Amino acid sequence: MSSSVIEAESVLAVDIGSVFTRALLFDVVEERYRMIAATQVSSTIGAPFFDISESIFQALTRLEEITGRRLMEEAHLLLPTQEDGSGVDRFVLTFSAGQPLRVVAMGLLEDVSLASARKVLESTYCQIVEQISLNDRRKPEAQIDAILRARPDLVLIAGGTDQGATRSMAKLVDLLALALQLMPAENRPEVLYAGNSAITKQVSDRLEPYMRPHTVPNLRPDIDLENLIPAQEALSEIVYQRRSHQIGGLQSYSMISAITPQPSLRAFGRMIQFLEKITNAPQGVLGIDLGSATTGIAMARGGTLTMQALPIGTGFGLAKALEQNPLESITRWLPMHASDETVRDYLWHRTLYPTTVPTSLEYQAIEQAMLRQILAQVATRVAPDEGMYGFEPILVSGYALTQATSPAQSLLALLDGLQPIGVTTFILDPYGLLTALGAIAPLNPTLVVQVLESNALVNLGTVIAPLSPAQYGTPILKVRYELESGETSSVEVRQGMLVPLPIPNGQRARLHLQPLRPLRLSPTGKDTARSFKVTGGLLGAVIDARGRPITLPTDSARRRDLLKRWMATLGG
Amino acid sequence: MPMMLPTHHILPLTHLRRLRMLTEKGRVLVRSGQTVEATDIIAEAPAPGQHLLLDVRKALGVQRVTDAERLIERRVGEQVEKGDILAQTRGLFSRILRAPVPGRIAAIYKGQILLEVASQPYRLLAGLPGRVAEVFPERGAIVETHGALIQGVWGNRQSNNGVLTMLAETPDAPLKPEVLDLTLRGSVIVGGICYQPEALKMAAEIPVRGIILGSLSAPLLPLAASLNLPVILLEGVGQIPINRLAFQLLNTNQKRDVYLLATWNPRLSEKPEIVIPLPADGKAPEEAVEITVGQTVRLALPPYAGNIGKVIQPHTSWLQRSGQRLPAAEIELENTQRVTVPLFNLEIIA
Repeated sequence: MSSSVIEAESVLAVDIGSVFTRALLFDVVEERYRMIAATQVSSTIGAPFFDISESIFQALTRLEEITGRRLMEEAHLLLPTQEDGSGVDRFVLTFSAGQPLRVVAMGLLEDVSLASARKVLESTYCQIVEQISLNDRRKPEAQIDAILRARPDLVLIAGGTDQGATRSMAKLVDLLALALQLMPAENRPEVLYAGNSAITKQVSDRLEPYMRPHTVPNLRPDIDLENLIPAQEALSEIVYQRRSHQIGGLQSYSMISAITPQPSLRAFGRMIQFLEKITNAPQGVLGIDLGSATTGIAMARGGTLTMQALPIGTGFGLAKALEQNPLESITRWLPMHASDETVRDYLWHRTLYPTTVPTSLEYQAIEQAMLRQILAQVATRVAPDEGMYGFEPILVSGYALTQATSPAQSLLALLDGLQPIGVTTFILDPYGLLTALGAIAPLNPTLVVQVLESNALVNLGTVIAPLSPAQYGTPILKVRYELESGETSSVEVRQGMLVPLPIPNGQRARLHLQPLRPLRLSPTGKDTARSFKVTGGLLGAVIDARGRPITLPTDSARRRDLLKRWMATLGG
Repeated sequence: MPMMLPTHHILPLTHLRRLRMLTEKGRVLVRSGQTVEATDIIAEAPAPGQHLLLDVRKALGVQRVTDAERLIERRVGEQVEKGDILAQTRGLFSRILRAPVPGRIAAIYKGQILLEVASQPYRLLAGLPGRVAEVFPERGAIVETHGALIQGVWGNRQSNNGVLTMLAETPDAPLKPEVLDLTLRGSVIVGGICYQPEALKMAAEIPVRGIILGSLSAPLLPLAASLNLPVILLEGVGQIPINRLAFQLLNTNQKRDVYLLATWNPRLSEKPEIVIPLPADGKAPEEAVEITVGQTVRLALPPYAGNIGKVIQPHTSWLQRSGQRLPAAEIELENTQRVTVPLFNLEIIA
C-alpha cells in the first residue's frame, strides 16, 4: 500500500456554472483513488433562490442517493469523514457563474503593455469596458469621465519595462487617483498594478488614500519578455473577491473549502498544463471547455500555459456568438433545409432560454451548426495563422459536446469546427473532471494521477488529417493498421474522404501511413513518424482527408447530401 | 428527490413585492407605509457629471505646483458659478482664473482644479403604484401592490404605463402599421406577433406608452431594444402567438391601467413584467415548486413554444435521441396532443 493511500482522504469537488452545478465525489477503492459518483443539477444563482446553497444541497442529495453514503447533516456538509463513513474529508469549490468583471485597462503602448494586459484579462472572466494608453488623444478630463462612466470592477495598470518609463506611468497613475477620488468609497474598483516594478511603491503610496492596490511583478519586465503568471494569479483572487459579493452563498462555502474558490478555467488550465507535462507532448495539449456563458481555452505547449475565456457559449453566451458570426456561416452546416428566418429566429429565441435543450432533430441540427461556428472561433484564437496543427490530445468539456450529442455528432462537430491538421486524439470530459482535478491538484496530486489513470475520460478516437494539394477523389494515402490480435487491414484514402478505421475501443493498434501523393502532417512538412501506435476510441480512429479549410459545395442539395454522408460515415 | 421547477407568473390576482434599489449609495425619498404612484421618485443618487481640468499654473503663469496651489481660493466640495474666481495672482496686474461653467470643485491636485459640471442626479422611480413596504436606507425600498401579473421573456429595459388596448383579436394576429393611429396615444398596445419594422416605428411615433407582443422576428430585436418606450415579449423570438392564459388575462383587463416593467436579466432569471393593479387582495406567488401531476405548465422551445399544457406524468429519467437521460414530463397540450418534454424546457404556471 502506498503512503498516499495510508493518508487517504475523500474529496468532494463542486463547480458552480451559470446553468449547471456539478458535484464529483472522489475516494479510495481497492487502494486507488477513483471518482465514486458525479451529478449535475440546475444552478440557483438567479431567481428565486439567489444563492448557490440550494443547488449544492440538491447535488449532494443526489450524490447521497447514488452512493448510499450520507454526506449531509441538517442540510450541512459533514466535514471531515465521520467514524461511520459518512461525510467527506475535503471540499473544493470552483465557479464560472456570474457576470464578467468590468475592467479598465491602462497602459503605455497599445501593442506592448496593453497587449500583455489583454492577455491577462482574457485568461479569466473579464470584459474590457475602457482602455487608456499614451496613444489616447482624449483630454485628461475626458479620460477621467470615461473611467467613471465605465463603472469598473477592476483597473489593470501595465506599462514601462523595469528599466523604462517612470514619468508616463506616474501620469497614468495620477489620472487614476483623480478618478478614484471622485468615486464613492464603496464603489471604487480593485486596482491591479503590473507595470514598471521600479515605481511600485510610488504607485501604492499614490493610490492608498483611496484603496489598497494589488501589486504584482511587471508583466512586461523587458520589451521581449512577458511574465503573465503573477498577474493571472492575482486576477483569479480578485475575480473570486468580486464574485463572492455577487453570488449568494459563495462566501459561506469558501469557509469550508480547502482552497480559496477558484475560477473554473484556472483549475481546468492547471490540468491541461499538468497533462502536457506528464505526456511530454511536443505538439502541445489543448483543452476546450464549452460552457453556456463562456468558452474556455487552455493551451499548454513547451511548458507554457495560455488561457482565454471567450464570452461566447451555447446558452448565455449565444447572443454574443450570433452577433459575431454571419448567418450563412451557420446555415452552411445544416444537413436539412431550413429557411434563414427559421434558423435566425430559433437561435435568438434560444438566447432567451439558455437552460433549455432542443428535442426535435431539426432544432438539434441548428444548434450543432452553431456549435461548429463557435468551435471555428476557438480555432481562430488558438492558431490564428498557421492552422490547427496536431495538438495531442484535445480535451473537450462542457454539456453541449459531451452530453447533448452522440459521440459521432461530437467528433464530427469538432472536426468541422476546429479542422485540425496532423494527428490529434479527441477526449471528452463529460463529468467536468478536469476542472475538479485542477482544483484538487495542489492538495492531493496522487488523487489526480490515479483518477486520470482510471478511464474516467472518454476517448472518442485519434484523427489523422493530412494536408494535400491533390484534386478531389485522388488517392493520397494508404493506411495499414495492425490490431493487437495480429489482425491487419489496409485502406486507400482519397482526397475529400472521411474514413473510419474500426479499431475497437481501448485496443492498441499500429498505424502505417504510406503517402501516395505529397502531403503534410506538421506545419514544417517534415513529418517524422509515418508509423505509430494509437488506442481505439469510441469511434475507433478516423482519417479526415477532406482538406483544410473544408470546402462545402455551393449547391445546397449537394452540400446537405455530403453533410449527411459524413455523419453516416461516422455512424451517427 | 423532489423535482423543483421555476415558475412563470400569469396570475389574475396576486400580491406583488418589488425591490427598487439604487446601484450605489444615494438618498431615499420615501418612508415605510407611504402610498406611491409609478412616477414617484423612490431614491436618487448623484450621477457622474462631466469634468473640466483647469491648469492653474498655466492659467496664472506660475512655475511651481506649490505656488499654484497657494493661489487657489476655493476648496474641494465648493459650488461655483460661471465667472467666479477660482485662483488669482496678487499685485497690481493680477492674473485671474475664473470658472468657465457652473459646477463643483471635485478635486485639487498638483496645481490643477478638477471642476465637476453640474449634472442631473439619477432618479429611481417606483415603476408601479402601491405602498412602500420596507425602506433600505441610502439604497431604495420595496413597493408592494395587488393586481394581475403577467411575466414575459424579453424586455427592452424601459418602463411606463398606459391604458391597455388589445389590437390583436387572436393570439397570433400580426401587429401591422395600418391598425395604428393617433387615437392610441397614451395606450399600451397588445399585438400577437410582429415582423414589420414599420409597425414598431409607427407605434413609437404616435407615441404609444408601451408594446406587448407574443413574439418578434429576430431582425427587429435591435429596433425594439432602441425604442424609448417599453416593449415586452411574452413568448420569445419568431412567430409565436401569445399563450392562451396570458391572452385571456389581457383581454379581460382591457381599458385598465397597465404598468410595464421591461427590466430583464436572464443571468439572474429576472423577467420583464406586466402589472395591472386591482382593488382586491391577492396572495404572494410561489417562485419555485415541485412538479406534480395536473399542474399547468408552459413550454419554452419550438416546436411547442408558447403552448400551455397539463402535467400527465413526471419522469425522473427520460432517454433523449442523443442517448442522454434527462428528467422530463409527459404533457397534454391544449389540443390534447401528448408530448414528452425535458424539465429544462418547462415552467410551471403559478
